[in-house]
Amino acid sequence: MEIKIALAGNPNSGKTTLFNALTGSNQFVGNWPGVTVEKKEGHLKDREDVIVVDLPGVYSLSPYTMEEVIARNFLVNERPDAILNIVDGTNLERNLYLTTQLIDLGIPVVVAVNMVDVIRKKGDNIDFDALSRALGCKIVEISALKEEGIGEAVEAAIAIAGEKKVSVPLHSFSGAVEHALAHIEEATVHGLPAEQQRWYAIKIFERDERVLSELDIDKETLAHIEEDIKAAERELDDDAESIIINDRYEFITKLVRKYVKKKDTGRLSTSDKIDKVVTNRFLALPIFAAIMFLVYYISVSTVGTWVTDWTNDGLFGDGWHLFGSGEYEEAVDSYGNETLFSNTELSEIIANAENSGITGADELKGAFDEKDYFAFEEAYGSYGEKLSETGFDISASVDPVLEGTPDPSEYGVWVPGVPVLADKLLLDENGEPVVAEWLYSLIQEGIIGGVGAVLGFVPQMIVLFILLAFLESCGYMARIAFMMDRIFRNFGLSGKSFIPILIGTGCGVPGIMASRTIENEKDRRMTIITTTFIPCGAKLPIIALITAALFDGAWWVAPSAYFIGIAAILISGIMLKKTKPFASDPTPFVMELPAYHMPTFTSLIRSMWERASSFIKKAGTVILLSSIIIWLGSKLGFVESSFCFSTEMALENSLLGYLGSGLKWLFAPLGFNNIKATIATLMGLIAKEEVVGVFGVLDFEGMGALAGYSFLVFNLLCAPCFAAMGAIRREMNSAKWTAFAITYQCVFAYAVSLVIYQFGNAFGGNMNIIGFIAALLAIAFVVFMLVKKPYTEKK
Amino acid sequence: MKTMREAKVGDTVTVVRVHGEGALRRRIMDMGITKGVEIYIRKVAPLGDPFEVYVRGYELSLRKADCELIEIE
Repeated sequence: MEIKIALAGNPNSGKTTLFNALTGSNQFVGNWPGVTVEKKEGHLKDREDVIVVDLPGVYSLSPYTMEEVIARNFLVNERPDAILNIVDGTNLERNLYLTTQLIDLGIPVVVAVNMVDVIRKKGDNIDFDALSRALGCKIVEISALKEEGIGEAVEAAIAIAGEKKVSVPLHSFSGAVEHALAHIEEATVHGLPAEQQRWYAIKIFERDERVLSELDIDKETLAHIEEDIKAAERELDDDAESIIINDRYEFITKLVRKYVKKKDTGRLSTSDKIDKVVTNRFLALPIFAAIMFLVYYISVSTVGTWVTDWTNDGLFGDGWHLFGSGEYEEAVDSYGNETLFSNTELSEIIANAENSGITGADELKGAFDEKDYFAFEEAYGSYGEKLSETGFDISASVDPVLEGTPDPSEYGVWVPGVPVLADKLLLDENGEPVVAEWLYSLIQEGIIGGVGAVLGFVPQMIVLFILLAFLESCGYMARIAFMMDRIFRNFGLSGKSFIPILIGTGCGVPGIMASRTIENEKDRRMTIITTTFIPCGAKLPIIALITAALFDGAWWVAPSAYFIGIAAILISGIMLKKTKPFASDPTPFVMELPAYHMPTFTSLIRSMWERASSFIKKAGTVILLSSIIIWLGSKLGFVESSFCFSTEMALENSLLGYLGSGLKWLFAPLGFNNIKATIATLMGLIAKEEVVGVFGVLDFEGMGALAGYSFLVFNLLCAPCFAAMGAIRREMNSAKWTAFAITYQCVFAYAVSLVIYQFGNAFGGNMNIIGFIAALLAIAFVVFMLVKKPYTEKK
Repeated sequence: MKTMREAKVGDTVTVVRVHGEGALRRRIMDMGITKGVEIYIRKVAPLGDPFEVYVRGYELSLRKADCELIEIE
């Protein structure tokens, strides 16, 4: 016989730690049916027949928040064999409030009082025996963190489940309430099993809508009961719901006063001292900025970039040096000095080109003067052709040099990357594939190239997730929400939406995944949809490209991209909040600020790994499929009007190219009715930096600055890359919502670009009447949504 | 009627009743803000809202707008 034990308790009571300690690695993480609240289940260590279900952390079993409804539906409908109620021993009063509700359910309850080590250290004294007798259920003292007493706790739960002895509620309500409850039980629920009657009676007394609609009581009885409830309300001068809550708290307050002797030291606890500083009226914001900078700096700028570069250029590139690359860099430096940088003729040509103002010549000259070999190579790659065309041909002296660039694998201890290893397996000694050519191309370009580009983000995500897990579990995340709430509330979001957006400036994938800390599902969805509006790291090359090619490096282009991103988030926040699927009562920001504490290393690693592995698994499949489709699209095409497959397919002839020319009309109103721009936008779906790859600097000639800016804005705001879409899919846990998110992003991007291009043209005296009217309509719609009355649930 | 919104940092107030309806009111009461309980206003967030209060042995964050629902002595 399988035994099912539900783990219930307040948030921050140590539930997750206990669950991990009980189940070890035998966990299945999923989502509760239909919602994106995490559902965790696992076998007890060494006990295949005992299943532990981790319920969402809740303060009460009210019918209002999703977490509470999930917990209570599970308890009421599936009736687990026992409830193991974990209670924070340092805060018994509020924690036991939930306990009284759990006991009423008529399911056997064992209370595990957590953090007994902290209680002892403080010198507090709790009479657990007396408390247990007063509550009417067994109490076990545990420390989930130190894995102390958890065996006893779960054994007690298993034992009580076997006995099938329900916990009988010993707390009673005021006389008038008990009188009404007796009537209700008699009139409506006496058909139900005896142990369930009381819970239903209390819920009916509270006029709990969910229970009332579930029970379907006839009108006459209902009217009769209503009189009983009203009588109790009159007598106690309060409404039914409050009466019940008050009575529960009064019962607990009495118990706590009687059995808990706190040793009042009169001194501030360490947590209080920390809080005094970090949420200080004046220091709070500077400290907050410093912490955010540090998180960003470590996860995006330094460590994150190192590990990402390593995965992209090393693991999924040529390979890497095991013990630093000093030896190789020296070799390249001396090679460059001997061949390139000592060539005076070359130096002169470049200087002349720069003086004539040829695009990119300044970059080449900069790299040449600094003797930076790789920068020179890159600049030559971008602008070499342009120089040749304008009569400053340097290819004769540069090409042979680049051919002979020292091979990194000959220096130091060189570990080859995945593509190189794949080559070793797939190529014979003449460099010809041993498998069919298409298969070679599929493996190298399609799978390793596509999936590698995405998996490259994983190390960075791991760094970030560890930092986030730390902020979350040490208690600072709640303070961030506390400090930022004032700002974000105005835009229909809560303080917690700040983190995903900040992280999104580095990479949208972890940004989207960081939205998990937002409890309210509607707010979380909205944050997921809007997070990628902010320019991420991979969009920076697009901004740089457009700025250089069309705006002569104007300083304001990059800041304007961020400004548009932020505005898009805020406007979308206000607009979406007014529609039915997102309208919710302003999220009750009645939030516990948990005491600060030092998280354990293993809990940080576990939390990080849960998130990272779910990304790798779930997003990985979506990305693999999309990479293969894009690869096919670029290799299948028409050469000399016959449909064929070729690994050497020119982009213009490929299906992707045809798709581009087929779709380009779509972008005509935005000003870039052009195959390359269309293909670039499509390729941007693989990774945003691909836009730059397709659309080199020189392709912009003939495109106006306005059209270029419109192209930039569209690519910044439209659907993100596949990796981010995978993350959206993972976090939404719904195909419908994923489709909505991506559609919304594309439509919004289209509208903004349309407005920019059409208004820009109109102001430039070049008005297109139809386009201008369309742009006006788009603006009118946005304004309408901004001033419209919010959607309210019909009462 | 005096509400908690008028309370100042450092005050200790006693709750008379929680007004309003639905989810928000229930949430406030579920968190232990019920008739007769004492609340210590510990501080206010750097931007002037919300409050951080101490109630029933723990710290709670409450928006000033929501404090209007809480009638105090």
